[in-house]
Parts: sequence; structure tokens; C-alpha cells
Amino acid sequence: MNVAAEKVAVLRGTLARVGLEGPHGHAHVALGHSRADACLLGGILKGALHEVFPAAGGDEAAAAGFVAALAARAAEQKRVLWLRPDFSAVEHGEISPLGLLELGLDPGRFLLLRAPDASSVLRAGLDALSCAALGALVFEIPGAPKLLDLAASRRLVLASAQSGVTAFLLRLDAKTEPSAAETRWLVRSARSHDSDFPPPRAGEVPRRGGGGLWRDHLPPPAHRCARATSPASGGGKPSGGGKDDWGTPLFEAELVRHRHGRLGQWVMEWRCDDGLFGATDSGAVASAPFNRPAAAQNTSRVA
Amino acid sequence: MSALDRKASALGLRPGMPLADARAMVPTLEVANADETADRRLLESIADWCLHYTPLVALDGPQGLLLDIAGAAHLFGGEQALLDRSRTRLRRQGFVAEGAIAGSATAARALARYKNGTVVPPGEDARAVAPLPVEALDLDPAITHAFRHAGLKTIGQVATRKRSELVARFGAPMVFALDLALGEAEKPISPRAALPDYMAERIFAEPLVAEDAILETLRGLAASLAQLLAERGEGARRLEASFFRADGKIRRIAVETASPTRDPAIVVRLFRERLDALVDPLDPGFGFDLIRLSADRAESCEIETTAFDARAKEDKEIAFLVDRLAARFGSQRILVFQPNDTHIPEAAAVALPAQAAETSKLAWKPLREPQEAPRRPLRMFGKPEPIEAVAPEGLPVRFRWRRVLHEVAAAEGPERIAMEWWREETATPTRDYFRVEDTNGRRFWLYREGLCGRESARWFLHGLFA
Repeated sequence: MNVAAEKVAVLRGTLARVGLEGPHGHAHVALGHSRADACLLGGILKGALHEVFPAAGGDEAAAAGFVAALAARAAEQKRVLWLRPDFSAVEHGEISPLGLLELGLDPGRFLLLRAPDASSVLRAGLDALSCAALGALVFEIPGAPKLLDLAASRRLVLASAQSGVTAFLLRLDAKTEPSAAETRWLVRSARSHDSDFPPPRAGEVPRRGGGGLWRDHLPPPAHRCARATSPASGGGKPSGGGKDDWGTPLFEAELVRHRHGRLGQWVMEWRCDDGLFGATDSGAVASAPFNRPAAAQNTSRVA
Repeated sequence: MSALDRKASALGLRPGMPLADARAMVPTLEVANADETADRRLLESIADWCLHYTPLVALDGPQGLLLDIAGAAHLFGGEQALLDRSRTRLRRQGFVAEGAIAGSATAARALARYKNGTVVPPGEDARAVAPLPVEALDLDPAITHAFRHAGLKTIGQVATRKRSELVARFGAPMVFALDLALGEAEKPISPRAALPDYMAERIFAEPLVAEDAILETLRGLAASLAQLLAERGEGARRLEASFFRADGKIRRIAVETASPTRDPAIVVRLFRERLDALVDPLDPGFGFDLIRLSADRAESCEIETTAFDARAKEDKEIAFLVDRLAARFGSQRILVFQPNDTHIPEAAAVALPAQAAETSKLAWKPLREPQEAPRRPLRMFGKPEPIEAVAPEGLPVRFRWRRVLHEVAAAEGPERIAMEWWREETATPTRDYFRVEDTNGRRFWLYREGLCGRESARWFLHGLFA
């Protein structure tokens, strides 16, 4: 009895320390998206645990891209260890070095652990978190393994805070559960053009460069916006002079949990050339006020 | 008949006899089919067990083992003690073992067969083998027969003849065999496993069972090994621990490292990872009576300077992490990416075991131009997944993947990727790749196999963009 009480006290103390030291002990790395950075008190917190969930089935690749970008930002010049179980590669595809390269990340900075199952991912990851030479660690965990409970997430938080290695949990096919994470994100892929396109018709497509490559960037380039706020404005103003630019990684990221600050929802574009996140083109619509008063206070509605 | 037990031999049966004759002599004879592979396997397991005494063990014919015990005998209290100990312990396991120790392999073999239990003092091989019959030389039966015919019944008698006569009559190989037996020529045995470069071992009077004690022993052995390695300025790339169980079973466990290592702490950590991750855990049974640690691959390792720059220190830490993960999961599972000189999408970059990878000379070259969207997906399926696609004019308009229908909002393509026909033997169809975005903003990488508009054209989904 007494021993248990003592243990709890020690744990409480540790938690409090982590809670206190978290924001002060480790730096924030700016994401590049000014509003998100402001909300995150300067950017993604290093030496902490961050969770990313796909917002719906089918958004797993978007969530993975979002995590890859976040991890690369958080790791700065250091290396990123990506751990995934075999099942995940079959179900969601293997992380491709060329895909990382095309996102503007250096594949040479990534290490991949092909673990046999989710529990090995967790165990190996917890061990690897103590290696301060790493910059960031991505745990890709499909489903909800029993091993990953609140206590496990606390262990991850502690290990991460101690070494300064930022940990990312990419939870696929899972429901959100209580955890000790610093932030939790729901990510869905956002459309490159927010308008209802007619189906593509190959005949109208301009040929490019006389080669075998034709592009179909279906109808008038619409400006991008968050559908949540301005459904009526879709298909409106042209942007970028009709530049054929669809397909840039575009995320609707919702910050649903933040231990040290406010929440928010943004459409974030990953700028492969700069290795930074950004608001969508021309700032027409950047941030969507969300149905949370706290978030709405600080974001202006642009229609 | 290929082999007999003692009782059968006593009854006058001989190997090589037809079974019918033997049955006629002993009607109650019990017979089992000879299984040469099983015999061989048994002999090999005995050979493994003999690694106890020396790492240099060679198979000798279907029933013999040769042990090179140079420098090992004192560990067991002298040659006589070693011979007694090994014969007793083999007998306890149910084998009939005959043995002898001599200066050369041929002499030892001859003595074991005709004067079981002999230990020949150094330099006295000739005297020891002289009284043995000529059959002990293991020569062609025709030659042995000729010796007998000439009245040369023992090795000693053959040795009195002039070498030139013998060579003229029986050829040089016979004389060489004679010289080997007399200890005048030398031929090393060919052990089953090469002698490791570095080795440390510990024999226990009381078999060892506790895991902590085993790891502690490994630490001690690693420290001794580190000393040996340090003397020659080397570090180990591959280490093998052999656990000899008291009941004769042997378990070998190896770990590899990315860079030459001799730090005992690191070595023990790697073994602990490896032991933890064993599917078939280390079973001490009645305990281990010998643990041996050997480094069979060593490379020169630079003298460690104290003034590390941050980058080198980081690399070292990462290498240690990689070693740990490789020890736990196998080196094929911890990978680094390197560019590869091919245009096949699956092969344009390779994932190599991080332990073995060297820095590549090729540079990463993105396919996309600045300002363009990524042209290769972040996630790729090892096996492209077949989809049903509607593509009236070549471009996909909608497709069904994993029973979900996707309406295409934007598409780009085709990007034709011909397979490398000069490397493949079978003709692989050309692939036309399309980058596609559906009405939910999800981006896919599809391809059509076969030409546009043909019945045979099939569609696949190969990857997912972020």
C-alpha cells in the first residue's frame, strides 16, 4: 500500500517535471505555416510525442506524408528512423525513398525498420528513442495493439523528453484514445481544386512539349480553400495564371489536442522546394475558423 | 552388411558379408537398414561436440574424427587426461570410441584402430607405429596384399626397405603415406570450420544455467577478446558465441556490427538483444559447461580519438543503434535508402541493410522540376493492386480499388515506363503511368499495362501520393 503510494508520488513528480520542462526544455521548430506556428507557440515541439491520425479511411497516405514532413522538420539535420510493421506495408504500401525525395526530403536521412509486428515497433522504438543522435522517430502503428496504452504513451513521452528525439505516432485504422501526447492531429487530403469538375475529356487536353505526355488539369483552376468554411466560393477566382500545379501535397490538418495551447484547423500545403509548410496560394483562404470558440477568436474568416 | 555391434562381431560375422550368409550363420540376427546420411549427421554432431576440446576438428572417413589438439591439451590436464576424458564421455553417451594421440594424423588413426588408448610422446611416432600391421597404413588392398606376399607384415618392416625401391614398385603416394605414419612428412588436417581469428572461452566445472551468469561470462570473454583485438589494432565485424551444453548439444549465436567493434559493453548489449529476440530461446538444459566467443571477421579499426566532432559521434551512435536493431530483428530489416541507376520505378532507389551499406557515389535526383508536384508516390505497394478502371479516351475517369469507387477529378499522364527488356528474359508489357486525384483529394499512382484501347489492357494501382 505504502509502496504503491510512493510509486504514484514519484510518477506524479516525473509527470509534473515533464509537463514543466516540456515547453521550456526543448525548442520548437517552425513549420512554416504562420497561423499553425502561432497556435503551436512557435512550431512543433521537439523532444515530445505527437500523434497523427488519418481523419477517415483513405487518408492514410496523406497522414503518412504529413508525418514525414513533420518528422523531417523536427529532425532538422539529424536522421529520422521510421518503424513500421510488415502488415502496414501490405495494407498501406511501403514507404518509398523516391516518394520522400519528391517531397523534397532527403531519403538518405531516413532509416527504415521493417519490424514483424506492431509490438516490435513499439519495443524497438522505445529503445531507439534513447539514441540522441536521431532527430525524429516515426512509429507507424496500424490498429490498436494492446501494448499501446496510456502507460506506454507516457513511457514514450518520458524517453522522448529525456533524449530530445521527437516521436511521432502514426496511427492507422485506429480510434483516438487517451494518451500523453503533446499534440494530436487529424489529417485528410485536401483537394487541389475546390470545384466540381466535369469528368476529364482527353480530346480537349492540350498536348505538352509534343511528347507523349499530356496533362489534364481539368477546368478553370480554382483557388484553393477550406471546404468547411466557404463551400459557395468554390470554382471562383483563377489563381496562379492557370499554372498546372495540382497534386502538391495539401493537407487539411486539424489539431484536436494540444497540451500547451490552443487548437485549430488549417489547410496546409507542403512546399517541396522549400521543405516548409505554407498556407494555400495567395492567402485567399488560409485558416478555417473551426467550431471551437477558442480557435475562432484568432482566425479571421475569409470568403 | 555395413556395420556390426560387438555381439555380432563376437559371433564371427564381418562387415561386407552378404546378409544371406550371415543369416545362415546366425538365424536370430537382427538387421536394420543402413542409413548413411543419418550416420554422417551423427558423426557431425559428435564432431561439433568435440569442438569442446579444440576448434580444429575434421571428419575422417565414415567413422573417424581427427582433432588437432596442439596447444589445447594442457587445458584438460595433459594429453592422456584429454584422451581419457573424451573417451569416457563418449562412452557415457552410448558410443564405442577408440582413440589415440600421436604426432601425425595418420599415425594417430592407425594407433586408434590397432592400439586403442595410446598416447605417443613427441617424436616417437616411428617407434610407436612400427609394430602395427601394414593394413594400418590404409593403402590400396592390392599394395597391402603385395607387402604380405613379400613378407613385409608390419609398418616397421616396410620402413626398413629403401625408399627408392618402394617408389619404383608401389608409387610415390604409398611412400608419402608411410612417411606420414612415421612422422617424417606432415599433412595438416582439414577442419570443418576455419579457425576464427580471435577466440576466448571459458570452461565451467559446474554447468552454468542462470542467464545473468551467462551474460556476465560473455562480458568477461568480450573483455579478453577486446584485449586480443586491441593488440592487433582490429575490431570485430562478426562475433559468434557458442554455448556447449553439458549433454552435448551446441548452440551458436552470432551478431554482426556495422563498424569494427571491440567495446565489451557494446558486444554484450548486442548479444542481449539477440538472445531476447530468439524465436527459439537459448535453453541451458542441464547447464552449459563451456562458452566460447569468437570473432570470425575482424577489420582494422582506427585508434579512437577523444576529440570527436559532433557528426562522427552521431554516426557512431547511429551505427550502434543499427547494430542493436539488426541483432534483434536481423540485418535485412533495418535499412537505408540509396539511389540506383535504373528507371524502373520499383528499382530507382534501393533499400539496403544499414549495416552493410556504404556511401553511394550516385546523387539523389528528383524527377520533378522546381514548383512541380511530386511525381512519385510516398507509399508504394510491393505488388501493384489490380483495379477496375474506366478510361474511355485513355485517361482514367473513374476506378474501383478495394471495392471503393473513386471519381477522378484530375489526371496526368501517360508517363511511359518501358521495362528494361535488355535485362529481362521474358517480355514485360510496357506500363503507362498516370497521376490521378479523385474528388476527395486523394492522389493515386495508376498504370495501364498493355496498349491503350486494347482488350488486353489492364489497370493497376501502384502507389499513393501524400
